[in-house]
This record gives sequence, structure tokens and C-alpha cells, in this order.
Amino acid sequence: MKSQDQTIQPAAKVSRRDAIKGLFALVALATTSGCKSDSDALDAYVQQNFREMTAEQLEEALSRWERRYAETFKKEVEVSATPAQEGVLFGYALDISRCIGCRRCVYACVDENNQSRAPQVHWIKVLEMEKDKGVNLHHADQYYDREVVPHPGKFYFPVACQQCENPPCVKACPVSATWKEPDGIVTIDYDWCIGCRCCVTACPYGARSFNWAEPHLEPDELNTKTEYLGNRPRTRGVVEKCTFCLQRARKGLYPACVEVCPVGARKFGNLNDPDGELRYIIENKRCFILKEELNTQPKFLYYYGV
Amino acid sequence: MALWSCLTAMFAVGWLGCDVDVEHEDPHTAAVFQVSADDQLIAVPPPPFSEDVFPCSDCHEGEEVNRTRRVVEDHEDVVFDHDSENRWCLDCHDADNRDKLRLASGALLEFTESYRLCGQCHGPKLRDWKAGAHGKRTGSWSGKKQYLLCVHCHNPHTPQFAPLKPQPAPTRPENL
Repeated sequence: MKSQDQTIQPAAKVSRRDAIKGLFALVALATTSGCKSDSDALDAYVQQNFREMTAEQLEEALSRWERRYAETFKKEVEVSATPAQEGVLFGYALDISRCIGCRRCVYACVDENNQSRAPQVHWIKVLEMEKDKGVNLHHADQYYDREVVPHPGKFYFPVACQQCENPPCVKACPVSATWKEPDGIVTIDYDWCIGCRCCVTACPYGARSFNWAEPHLEPDELNTKTEYLGNRPRTRGVVEKCTFCLQRARKGLYPACVEVCPVGARKFGNLNDPDGELRYIIENKRCFILKEELNTQPKFLYYYGV
Repeated sequence: MALWSCLTAMFAVGWLGCDVDVEHEDPHTAAVFQVSADDQLIAVPPPPFSEDVFPCSDCHEGEEVNRTRRVVEDHEDVVFDHDSENRWCLDCHDADNRDKLRLASGALLEFTESYRLCGQCHGPKLRDWKAGAHGKRTGSWSGKKQYLLCVHCHNPHTPQFAPLKPQPAPTRPENL
């Protein structure tokens, strides 16, 4: 501590940030022999919020993460930052008269989005509800264990991030580490997240997960095509959630949960496309959004396809 | 007649990976139809025939047609439970050309277009299917996509969707 004080004092006229940068540069010089991973650690420490990075800084950040993942997983990992497509507002519709609660979506999501296997992190929760009681979160069980599904008298209600147009999680974040992208997807800068979990408590859908421990993921389980704001492996102490498989959606592909659903209950597309299936569903089916009264304005809707 | 191959096998072996060529001309391997005004083509994967069952004429060719409504026991793998009180084989299968399906109008239909046959009774479902509200689409939300036929999910002879074994329940927080 003493040597740090001595370093800071002569720099009284420079800004606090420069002083800290200088301090760490000195520490780095004193303790390293110019090794790339050490200078990466320093650069990572002074990395900006995703939305404030210049193109050059972003490029550096992406390749820095690629190096770090390659070191951790001993294989090549691609980290991109694909921007939102012009004129696209992503939406999702789920046919609760079709869903049979098989949980294929839950595990396809885990595989695609590099969630921690231990401790287990799931972005999709499939709730089992009673047909007699209808959609009622007070009579919902996500831990159901059945030989086969659907179980008589029950229906199934998957819940993940509702990609709100008016997202309470974004308002709750004290450091602007989470925000709504132009295509409507609420994203997180995992490097900027301080792990305060205000967003987790603000979300009325239980859609956000916190990495309480170091996430564990075997190299052969890793999806190596990743996005900075999407499915790149996370670290301990950050919050994560569904991004509509941003790494797939922005390249024109359906999310992994849509691809895997054996009953075709999951629908995805561009809400701005008047000929798209979402607009057909909104115009022709009985639809509702979850907890409408909270004015979160989800772009995830439930419908009865019957 | 036996139009069905095991649903689970289809999912496991991978219709997801089945590469349907949009320009393919052979009606028994792929069909294509147009659903929207902007010429967006949707490829339909071939119907899930049981192995070695098609063409049906291989066995039925030359045999005398018995048009009497009855329980047919030759197709052992077929369990018929699809309005069986009122319908039987020749309501959908053409008696004179076994490799075709038959609409109520008498018009013949390829197996790849079986959705039109289903749509005779299930009109609103066909409409939803064409629009994308019913059935499964894979591929690209903004471009070329694949669509499953009715018979990929619903065995035409026993159309109720078969129950599945669910994936494991999530770990309870106290056990994490």
C-alpha cells in the first residue's frame, strides 16, 4: 500500500482515471516480462463499456477474449460483435396449447449459449401448471419429474427473458451494463457488470441468472461461435439471460429453442414484417403477454394455436 | 398405405440435417410451395415413409381391388385410429394408383402434397400451417426455411402426438 501511495502523489494534477491507468502500467511493468496475457489483463482492466468503445477498442477487446478463451478451453473460439439489422424488431410467440413440457428447449439453449453446467444455469424455465387453474404462477412447478409428458391434467408454460420494450432490468442497473439494442434484444456487457444483481430482482419474470460460482463448461461442450453480447462464456459474478440467440438471430437464423422444439410451439421473427408469422399470430390468434399490468411491454407473447 | 416411419427416429436421425434442394424436381424427395407474396420459397422435406414401403405399387400392382370397407391386417405396423368409425384406407389412398393419394373430389395427389389431403377436413389448421402459426419451421427466419409436413409430426393413421420422455428437471437451488 505504501509504495502505491508514493506512486499516486506526484500525479496529483492528472485525472483520477489516468492516475489509475499509470499506476497499473507501473505495476504491470514491475511484475511482468512483457507477456501478452499479462498486458491483456491490464487492458481488460481499463476496458470501456461496450457502447463507449471505439471500433479499434472493440476489435482489441474481441481478440483479447478470443485469446483468453483459447487459453482456457484449448481451442479456437470466435468472438464477434454483429450489429443489429436495420428495420428489424425481434419478437417471439409461444403456442401454449402445443407445448408438451419436454424441456428440449432448455438444454438446446444451454448447448447453444454456453451456460455453466456446474453450477447449473438455465435460461428457460418450463413451468407445469394445472389445466383447471389456467395460467397461474401460484400453481406452477418447474421441477416436475414425469416419465412422459404431457401429464394428464397439466399444461406447460416455458418462461425466459421476455425482451421487454420497457425493461425494468435496464432501469435498475446502476452502471448501464445492460440495455435494449435497436433490434429490441436486451443485452448485457458481461465485462461491465458489477454483479450487484439489482436487475435480477427488478425482472418480474425471473429471467436473469447470476453466476454465483466460476462457471464450469467442458471444452467439448463449448459452442465456439460466440458473440460479445451473447453466448460467449461468462465469468463468476456476472448476470446472464436469454438474448433470443443473438448470435444466430442476427445472422438470419432461428434461435436454438425454435430449431429443437419437437411440437413446433415456438415462433420467431421480425415484428416489423407485416407478412411474417408473428403478425399473423397477433392478428388471428388469442394472444397474451405475461404480467401485462406491469407495463413491461414484452416482445415475447403466448398464444393459443387451437 | 404404410406412410409412417417412427417419429423419434426422424428426430434422432435428423430431418434437421436433411438438405432439401429447392430446385429438386423429383416429387418423392422434395416439394416446394410458395406461401407469401414476396416469393419466399419454403422447402418441404420428403414424407417419412417406412423403409422399403414406397412405391406401394411394388406390392399392390396387378392385384384385384376390393372396395369393401373392412379392417386390413396386411400392414402390421399401421394402427388406424383416425376417425376410424367413418373412414378407411381408400378414403385417402387411391385404389387404382396406389402410389398416389386421393382427394374427395377424386383428384390424385402426390404423397409430398399430403397437406392438401389433410386440409380437406382440417382447413383452419392448413391455413395456420401455411402462415407459420401451426407446425415447425427451421432454417432462416428471414430467408430460406424448411417446413415439416403434417405427417412428420402426426402419424396419419394415429394422428395424436405421441408423449415424450422429458429432459431432466433443473437442480433445485438448495442442491446447487
